[in-house]
Amino acid sequence: MTELENLIAGSIARSTLEVFSTMLDAQVALGTVSVESRSPEASDGVVSFIGLAGAWAGAGSLACSPSMACRICSRMLMTESPAVDDEVLDAVAELTNMVIGGVKTDLEPSLGPLGLSIPTVVYGKNFKAKGAGITEWIVASFEWEEERLIVRVCLAPTVVAHASHHGANVPYPLEV
Amino acid sequence: MDSEILVVDDSAAIRKILQRVLRQTGMSIGTIYEAGDGQEALETLKNHKIDLVLSDINMPKMDGLQFLASVKASAAWKDIPVVMITTEGGETRVAEAVKLGASGYVRKPFTADQIKEKLTEFLEAILP
Repeated sequence: MTELENLIAGSIARSTLEVFSTMLDAQVALGTVSVESRSPEASDGVVSFIGLAGAWAGAGSLACSPSMACRICSRMLMTESPAVDDEVLDAVAELTNMVIGGVKTDLEPSLGPLGLSIPTVVYGKNFKAKGAGITEWIVASFEWEEERLIVRVCLAPTVVAHASHHGANVPYPLEV
Repeated sequence: MDSEILVVDDSAAIRKILQRVLRQTGMSIGTIYEAGDGQEALETLKNHKIDLVLSDINMPKMDGLQFLASVKASAAWKDIPVVMITTEGGETRVAEAVKLGASGYVRKPFTADQIKEKLTEFLEAILP
């Protein structure tokens, strides 16, 4: 992995562990970390997306089974969540906001200010998701009570308005 | 007299968590109003006497910083303490919120004890 990919992978791990520990009082275990250059296969379950924008732009995504989404909601809200409903999807959206928000905060000293969009959550069967223009995802899997959570982040430099300040159309430089 | 509190967040999950934690502080709290964005929150302020606002930053329609600016620009509302509760942990966002007049700042994620302690501090400061 490149220096930036390592930085993002480390940030995903730190942020996910922190959010589960604080908001859910749960310990997740980091599994595999990889770089994937193709879109995820068609899948079932709950998938969330949140946009990142700035001198570097891309997206963050969380994916898990319906039962794990229900368990996340139950732990977060201290309530019974037997099936995926609006409350469960809202809890997953907020989890996405916090996990990817933590990654954004970690990366800003190196990549410059980043904006975070409002999260979107999808629940269904046999669907395929693809980000336009996204070529590579940094993918980390986490295990929690025999369930798996997948966190993905992709970021690529954009040609920014303030590039003219540097005298050329160059992306914001990575400063690690 | 009980304090009236307004919780502003586009996430119903976070509003529910804050409702629960506020009740657990044991402070004298009356109604806890909820709004899903800054516009809704301004409508609530027009119709109710609010003693403390807890607001997210990243929201649709009107974000938390725009909402905060509107509150502080109003002669009727400028003295209401507004505490920002958000994932936006970057120093620039914190500085922006403080510059606009935020009374405090709590970063998500938080443990139940952390948020309870912070909210108790703010409530003790505003309660008679």
